[in-house]
Amino acid sequence: MADLTSTFIGIQSPNPFWLASAPPTDKAYNVVRAFEAGWGGVVWKTLGEDGPPLVNVNGPRYGAWHSGDRRLMGFNNIELITDRPLDLNIREITQVKKDWPDRAMIVSLMVPCTEDAWKDVLHKIEDTGADGIELNFGCPHGMSERGMGAAVGQVPEYVEMVTRWCKEYSAMPVIVKLTPNITDIRLSARAACNGGADAVSMINTINSIISVDLDTFSINPSTGGKGTHGGYCGPAVKPIALNMVAEVARDEQTRGLPISGIGGITTWRDAVDFIALGAGNVQVCTAAMTYGFKVIDDMIAGLSDFMDDKGITSIDEIVGKAVGNVTDWQYLDLNTIVKAEIDQDSCIQCGRCHVVCEDTSHQAITQEKDGLRHFEVIDEECVGCNLCVSVCPVENCISLRELSAGETDARTGETVSDQYANWTTHTNNPARTNQ
Amino acid sequence: MSGVQAQAAASAPDIKTARLQTGEYLHNFSEMHPPLGETAVLVEADRCHFCYDAPCTEACPTGIDVAGFIRMIKSGNHYGAARLILQENIIGGSCARVCPTETLCEEACVRNDQDHRPVRIALLQRHAVDVAMSTGKQFFSRKTDTGKRVAIVGAGPASLSCAHGLAREGHRVTIFEAREKSGGLNEYGLAAYKMLDNFASREIDYITAIGGIEFRYGQELGDDFDLTSLQEGYDAVFLGMGLGGVNSLGLPNEAADGVMSAVDYIERLRQCADFAELPVGRQVVVIGGGMTAIDIATQIKLLGADEVTLAYRRGPEAMVASEEEREFTQIKGVKILYNATPVNIHTIDGHIKEVEFECKDKTFTLPADMLFKAIGQTFSAKIDSSIALEKGRIRVDEERKTSVAGVWAGGDCVCEGEDLTVAAAQDGKLAARSINECLLKSSTGD
Repeated sequence: MADLTSTFIGIQSPNPFWLASAPPTDKAYNVVRAFEAGWGGVVWKTLGEDGPPLVNVNGPRYGAWHSGDRRLMGFNNIELITDRPLDLNIREITQVKKDWPDRAMIVSLMVPCTEDAWKDVLHKIEDTGADGIELNFGCPHGMSERGMGAAVGQVPEYVEMVTRWCKEYSAMPVIVKLTPNITDIRLSARAACNGGADAVSMINTINSIISVDLDTFSINPSTGGKGTHGGYCGPAVKPIALNMVAEVARDEQTRGLPISGIGGITTWRDAVDFIALGAGNVQVCTAAMTYGFKVIDDMIAGLSDFMDDKGITSIDEIVGKAVGNVTDWQYLDLNTIVKAEIDQDSCIQCGRCHVVCEDTSHQAITQEKDGLRHFEVIDEECVGCNLCVSVCPVENCISLRELSAGETDARTGETVSDQYANWTTHTNNPARTNQ
Repeated sequence: MSGVQAQAAASAPDIKTARLQTGEYLHNFSEMHPPLGETAVLVEADRCHFCYDAPCTEACPTGIDVAGFIRMIKSGNHYGAARLILQENIIGGSCARVCPTETLCEEACVRNDQDHRPVRIALLQRHAVDVAMSTGKQFFSRKTDTGKRVAIVGAGPASLSCAHGLAREGHRVTIFEAREKSGGLNEYGLAAYKMLDNFASREIDYITAIGGIEFRYGQELGDDFDLTSLQEGYDAVFLGMGLGGVNSLGLPNEAADGVMSAVDYIERLRQCADFAELPVGRQVVVIGGGMTAIDIATQIKLLGADEVTLAYRRGPEAMVASEEEREFTQIKGVKILYNATPVNIHTIDGHIKEVEFECKDKTFTLPADMLFKAIGQTFSAKIDSSIALEKGRIRVDEERKTSVAGVWAGGDCVCEGEDLTVAAAQDGKLAARSINECLLKSSTGD
């Protein structure tokens, strides 16, 4: 079995799967259950400043978008940071860390944007024995209205400033959790980096409204007929999160900055995606909130078996392995030419490839041959767009074949070149660089 | 008891009522394909790929937009789904229950090639129509009365489909039915476990709520009225009286006690107030290979017969009853004998005692207290000899016109009929369109 031990910014955990700061890590009872189930670490649900605990709504906190068979695709919430007294949380964190010394214990923090407030809270958690802190600059609802959470994360200068305070007043490693509710994630990551962050974690939840109740026209979920935007997460947000992780991983100014990957991780495969795109470890929430803590079993076994299968002995070997393969559109090779191919033996004749190509794309798939229902790619029309592959209900029935150099592209009549050529040098590009 | 006495006892006819307890009848005659619950409906609907030019629609004799209605179920628009179904087939509720979908839409489903399990189209169709019927939601209304009158003979599926189509166009329809109830085979035929809770009659109420459809019961063509009187009194005539006769085996002693028509017995079963009233033999033989044979064999077994053997003169590949139907009857305990041709009926005191079969040069006998004939029905209506027949049934063209002007026909009584409820529905629908065109032409003087 592969060694899943993780060392992330110096913090050890038996595996790279941490529970993200969220309801599953709100108190000792849940966290102990998580550790018993095998989770490598937790980011304790965000603590606020000392004083009367804040209050949550008493109506629904969560909303969900389901697939037809009721699988949870997307999830949102309007829960705030912890609504339990600060000293209770601190006592529990201390005890749990003492009882589970091999697990990573990170404390998420969010206090008003003043130096004193941060200095004060950092001081209070210094003695818990926690391995590090995570700055919650991402929470998009409730707290942001009070000038915290995403309200800080959306202003790079604030991100840098608060990060700097934390590094100044605490010896603990600092992870800055980034909000995706911005136009360019790199600006926030650079700010965290400039402030001295040991790592960034991403992504926090995305502003969202689940749906409208078509009988009452209130929004779902509704609190007394009204609703507010909640933080969106779950499988639906994973592609957005992956892109943001990759953007930070390949940005010149943040390259090498450790990343804790978050966003819809449900299986070990999702985790490998994040790690390959630059994450040093991953954080999970929605999968646990959908199925319970036992999902960790598949994550551990799957990652371990995958590593054994690929001859990979440590997670570090996977970190960033795919980053070099992410590039800008302008550098994609225009001489790579592909054609869709339909495997007639596995085709079930649903005709979806034909109709989507016919209605919405390039009219490159037949619907009949010799008077019979038959779906076949017309190479003369096929641009290799991958739409048919995407909509085909049978996996691997339609695939893209890359033409070899020397072959003729039936669509253009041109011979396929073995030379790499991208848009920057293309003759149709008025701004081409080799004029 | 000596061996001789035992044999004598075994061969005495053993037919009696109330072989089972009340609870056993309820259990045995529970629904063959129970409806899906709300969640199961959504999961099943989600399996539909929404095929282009969907093969299931092609396979439906009435051309229901199956993928279309399933997509509407998926989006929570059950009324929309029901409207899409009923606009092509007004008896879509019946068809969802009785269609041999394994040889129609569900056979064509591309899911068969993907995971060997078609989308359960019939149950989805049933769900949508049941939602509409249970709330009394109507999708169609009568156009302004045209003053045209159409006579329909028989009140089965073909006639009801035709009547509804004509009523929508504003014509007035009078249905002449020989029996005391409408519904035809839906009411008097078919296995009880396919049509529960008086569905046939509830469906007729739902269909006729459109208005403009009148029933005259106890009116048999040839006895109480004739075709000429209809032609004189109405602007058009549709014949949908089904098949009245039963094929005979052509065997000696066919008139013996205990030898009966499956169709007659099923009719009695469907109409009885209590299954315990029905006489049931201990050892029963059914001769035939179609749906009626399956239906009688299964039901007599469920009524408490000890041994039921369905004997068919050819192999399984030639049998009209589908593989699923055959499996169903076998699960219920019926034994199917293939390649067994009945050659004689032996009797004792005028009552059937055993049936002699030939099977590939060998002969054998099966003891039987009851024997059901289910080898097909024949056209037996007393109609005007000027109406051309073909293969013993009424000849019709694509529009369901007979050889006589102003007379249309459909359902089991026409020669091209597939003897399916859904085919009858299509006949009625096409005939109604054709009749409407003719009536409109005649009223505009074209």
